[in-house]
Amino acid sequence: MSSVHSSRSVYLGHGLETAGAWLLGALWILPLAYAIWTAFHPGEYSTHFVPTAPLTLDNFARAWAAAPFARYFLNTILLCTMILAAQLVLCTLAAYAFARFVFPGRNLFFALVLLQLMVMPDVLIVENYRTMGALGLRDTIVAIGLPYMASAFGIFLLRQTFKTIPKELDEAARVEGCTPLQVLWKVYVPLARPVYLAYALVSVSFHWNNFLWPLIITNSVESRPLTVGLQVFSATDQGIDWSIITAATLLTSAPLLIAFLLFQRQFVQSFMRAGIK
Amino acid sequence: MTRSAQWLYGWLLLLPAAVLLALFTHYPAVATLWHSFRSTPKGSRASTFVGVDNYAQLVDDPIFWQSLTNNLWFALGTIPLSIALALLMAVWVNGKIAGRGFLRLAYFTPTVLPMIAVANIWLFFYTPEYGLLEQITGAFGLPAHNWLGSKNSALAALMVVTVWKEAGFFMIFYLAALQQMSPQLAEAAAIEGASRAYFFRRVTLPLLMPTTLFVLVNAVINAFRLVDHVVVMTRGGPDNATELLLYYIYEIGFRFWDSAYAAALTMVLLLLLGVVALLQFWFLERKVHYQ
Repeated sequence: MSSVHSSRSVYLGHGLETAGAWLLGALWILPLAYAIWTAFHPGEYSTHFVPTAPLTLDNFARAWAAAPFARYFLNTILLCTMILAAQLVLCTLAAYAFARFVFPGRNLFFALVLLQLMVMPDVLIVENYRTMGALGLRDTIVAIGLPYMASAFGIFLLRQTFKTIPKELDEAARVEGCTPLQVLWKVYVPLARPVYLAYALVSVSFHWNNFLWPLIITNSVESRPLTVGLQVFSATDQGIDWSIITAATLLTSAPLLIAFLLFQRQFVQSFMRAGIK
Repeated sequence: MTRSAQWLYGWLLLLPAAVLLALFTHYPAVATLWHSFRSTPKGSRASTFVGVDNYAQLVDDPIFWQSLTNNLWFALGTIPLSIALALLMAVWVNGKIAGRGFLRLAYFTPTVLPMIAVANIWLFFYTPEYGLLEQITGAFGLPAHNWLGSKNSALAALMVVTVWKEAGFFMIFYLAALQQMSPQLAEAAAIEGASRAYFFRRVTLPLLMPTTLFVLVNAVINAFRLVDHVVVMTRGGPDNATELLLYYIYEIGFRFWDSAYAAALTMVLLLLLGVVALLQFWFLERKVHYQ
């Protein structure tokens, strides 16, 4: 008797859980679905949800024509590439030093690096703005990227990875006559490839989406990334034409969103890998 | 390799990163402290030492206090909820649930979208009269409400956006931890006749403690670091109801150009983050780890 009862309640509980999960999933996808509806339909349908509403790409065309989005795209791509390239080089070298070399001040330096996990460039906007002025770099793409290039997160992640690589491999390469930099290039970097991929995805999605610092340090079309361009566009140019604003919004997020949909598994695993360390 | 060659290599490898870190993390932190004791240069008047004047101004500034309390409420309202939802999502998409692939996608998607973009979508969502929310509440015959325009609901409306944005991100870390857990634990518990709820409370949750700590620290930092949605949706209004600390620093520093007062405000933010760091170390000392 009781086992029949309990199996029924387990079954019921399972059904409730599935319903709950789906309800939450629907809520989570709703804003995006709503934006897609508005962007792909004429303005008068933006709040009328009838299945017969005609589809259109007109909103995208008008948004694209209304602001220099092509330039913003170029700026963001340049920005993400530049930051990532610098991060990969700087973090690899620093992580190698922390993982495999003994030198005075190593622990102190490491603590100073980890400090950046708490005191991120995002909160030091006033002083960094002053510094960029002194360097003559205000309103440049380089200025957006510079504070983020020596990434504590990257150094920490790679150091942990390098430490798991057996020292025997390192020593074998040394015996063959490799210099420390050759060892790094031939042994450590290839073995850490999945971690590099994970770090690259996290870094690109962070900097593609970053907003406050780029907003402060840029004020011309030539240096603005997409996020700032989108804000300038929707705050001033368009009044409240929601169809165009949502089209521009989707346009801005499209590359990351499409990449995410295509490489979903890699994305999720990369974020996981970056978090476990 | 000789000892001195080791030293030299270590330092040289570190040098490029160290220069940038010093220039854009350590120097500005120290410079913030220095400038918080000086006046803002105005026109031909150079900056002078003013002692604790900026801090005195801060103590007497009601908007500062409001931004601080707003930020604490914001943290209190978003952190526990997004962590709880993240855990729930992770348990669901880790189990055998129908439509698992879609659910994982739905939960995680907000993470890859720029906050600035989703804030625009949510702004539309909350729009009075023809926003979606208004239409839904209207369909149930509820009175119209200006969610972002009213002092009582604006901060809560921003919290909803934040929870929506962050829960899926935190879910990933729980999911990673759950997948590393041995399935034999659950099998053993099932043989012993432990209920799922009991197993979750007594085994899963304690094993997830390190992940929870990691997520918690990230959530706290984000609560003080992320103000993109404030810029887009409310600009601190109405009547300073959504003024958060970093947004206030931005306003003082870059709309009123009072860099000295902004430095004093930044010191408060740095102090808060420092406390978080100390608490984290204190917790780690007490070994939340079970592994």
